[in-house]
Amino acid sequence: MIDACEGCLTRGHRDASESLDIDAVCVHSDAFPAPLRDLSQPPPVLYATRIDRVTGLDEPSAAVVGSRRPSEYGRTVAYALGRGLGAAGVPVVSGLALGIDAIAQRGSLDGGGRTIAVLACGVDVAYPRTNRRLYERIREHGSILSEMPPGTRPCRWLFPARNRIMAALGDVTVVVEAAQRSGTLITADCAADLGRDVAAVPGQVTADVAAGTNGLLRSGAALVTGPQDVLDLLFGVGARELPPDAGPELGPQERRVLEAIARGYDIDGLGAELGLSAAALRATLARLELQGLIRRAPSGAYVPAA
Amino acid sequence: MLAKVRTFALEGVDGVPVTVEVDVRRGLPAFSVVGLPDRAVRESRERVRAALANSGVNFPQQRVTVNLAPASLRKTGPSFDLAIAVAVVAADGGLPDGDLRDAVCGELSLSGEIRPIRGALAMALAARRGGVERMLVPVANAPESALADGLEVIGVPTLVELLELLRGDRTAEPAVPALAVDGADHDGPDLADVRGQADARRALEIAAAGGHNLLMIGPPGAGKTMLARRLPGILPPPTMAEAIEITKVQGAAGLARGGLVTERPFRAPHHTISASGLVGGGVPPRPGEITLAHYGVLFLDELPEFARTALEALRQPMEEGEVTVVRGQRAVTYPARAMLVAACNGCPCARTAGDCTCNDVDRIRYARRLSGPLLDRIDLVCELGQPPPPVLVGSRPVVEGSNRVRERVETARRIQDDRPSGGRIQVSKAAAARAQLWHLSGRGQDRVLRLARTIADLAGADEVEGDHLDEAIGYRMSDPLRAAA
Repeated sequence: MIDACEGCLTRGHRDASESLDIDAVCVHSDAFPAPLRDLSQPPPVLYATRIDRVTGLDEPSAAVVGSRRPSEYGRTVAYALGRGLGAAGVPVVSGLALGIDAIAQRGSLDGGGRTIAVLACGVDVAYPRTNRRLYERIREHGSILSEMPPGTRPCRWLFPARNRIMAALGDVTVVVEAAQRSGTLITADCAADLGRDVAAVPGQVTADVAAGTNGLLRSGAALVTGPQDVLDLLFGVGARELPPDAGPELGPQERRVLEAIARGYDIDGLGAELGLSAAALRATLARLELQGLIRRAPSGAYVPAA
Repeated sequence: MLAKVRTFALEGVDGVPVTVEVDVRRGLPAFSVVGLPDRAVRESRERVRAALANSGVNFPQQRVTVNLAPASLRKTGPSFDLAIAVAVVAADGGLPDGDLRDAVCGELSLSGEIRPIRGALAMALAARRGGVERMLVPVANAPESALADGLEVIGVPTLVELLELLRGDRTAEPAVPALAVDGADHDGPDLADVRGQADARRALEIAAAGGHNLLMIGPPGAGKTMLARRLPGILPPPTMAEAIEITKVQGAAGLARGGLVTERPFRAPHHTISASGLVGGGVPPRPGEITLAHYGVLFLDELPEFARTALEALRQPMEEGEVTVVRGQRAVTYPARAMLVAACNGCPCARTAGDCTCNDVDRIRYARRLSGPLLDRIDLVCELGQPPPPVLVGSRPVVEGSNRVRERVETARRIQDDRPSGGRIQVSKAAAARAQLWHLSGRGQDRVLRLARTIADLAGADEVEGDHLDEAIGYRMSDPLRAAA
């Protein structure tokens, strides 16, 4: 869908959007997402793969952002937040960046939610390339947004501008991990300037990636320990319960393996502890991974998904 | 007078027939060798002259011309010495017949002793193909050459004895082929030495049963090299034809130990190896590590540290089971049917998961150093943790040894051999539904299915069941590697 006045959208960008089947709406259009009008400088034109999935939101949404180099703790929390919010029907807005952004968005999709990725480049450019599979998933089940015309390559000065859009779209901005001088804090600042709620996940005081988030908490950000806290912020305490992550039926063997992984056993420890053959163990682990209950850490080891 | 003697040159890992022609006629005394000889061959003039003198034969004081036919083939190495010496003697009238029926191969020492040569089996096989009935070789090479069935091989220690043999003044018994002792028991490193690592042992067993390439990921000291070294021991012993091929290749590379090689080779080149070191090359071309690992195991430890060009060069031989090296005007084809076992650390800092300080970007960069197309040919990936601490006091847990594992591998391979090839893999309904759930597509699906088929063979199942498929999926690549692939 293209709904933009002649003065806002140049002919070239209009043609490019049409040929790539990209929606383009200008700030004067009814289809322009209302929260973005709160910005002092709203984007004149917003490009999206599916603008109806952004404008048609009847639920408040949460921006979940954070470090591109998260700790294992940060990954776990980000995934749990994304998945919980996805299951509760709260769209997760993020930037498809490496690290926390992508993990939270993956969690949102796994939880059955809609996620919105705001890019600094054109919406047809899958950047960073590592996340192109996630990009495809979001194209299918969510929406990809950008204020830059199709084909724009990412440049470093475009990222802070992108951050203001994320901050405006989220009714609350949750920072999972951020170092002291982190781009993520720009998003938090924008959100605070717009009068949106800012929340942060506390981290270890000794960890570099927790300095920014702990700083936010000191200056008054809401403290978030899990998806329920975000729901409380959005809807009021107790107004909305996190739906139980029903999950598929687990056999006794799956359950035992899952519990042992939660206790931190590695694959050989699991076999010895549970008395399972290597073959049965691999098969069980694969099933648990398929059901989204465990995932692979970067080292290849299995860890609990949330 | 003119004399002809048949001998063989080594081209790649195969023997090529060469005829040594010697013409002795009146003229200024001279001794020249023509027919594209290299330095070692030209130097053979001096060895031949001295060896003949020291064996009590007068070198003809005439014009001696040696031609190595075909003249277009480049001749390298000292294995023509003996044939030249014999042909000179024959051309000078020292033998009853100027046109020798026997083939002769060997290097001479100045004293007239016959030294062993490279590629004795390859030459003997070529001799048999060429219709030679009797071949005279150095004593040290005789048991190896005699492996060529239907060829009479006689090991000769000195030039004097060789000449006596040819004149009929002496008889000799044909050499006995150096067959395997009894290949049933493997005396290499045994899997029983490996503590813990049940998962990696299982992966090794599946790899052995299906001939799948394997990548092991784990911190230093986890036992990756130890496990890889035990793979040849759980593979079925080579068949006679395979053993002869292995012996031929090793002999051509100068690695033969004088008899039939009955163990599958294990090659572990250092990661600084060049592309031509890995797949073969150089002038004159020499076989690379993948050829030396033919019918055995090629182990690449620290896979990401290998030069990218070297890893890329491995792709074609892995696909086709042979590699053709072109150098100048020669193209040489080497066999290269080896299983690949690779090992790497989980991340650049190479610490265990708990102590690791690497971030995603570092990890992805590390994984990217692996060639994607090479990873495509690796069916199994397994991660190793630290092994359990050693049991210093009390009884050690009993661990299954290589022989037991090999029995299962052999059973699975028999099932595979009995199955008509090229057919579709039979998958049970439950397994098919599982494959749908995993969103497997194209090449990924094919790879997982083949692996699942092997797992089913180990279990003795006719159809691939859900559990087999789940396990196969468990051995696929973890995220950073997949991102690189």
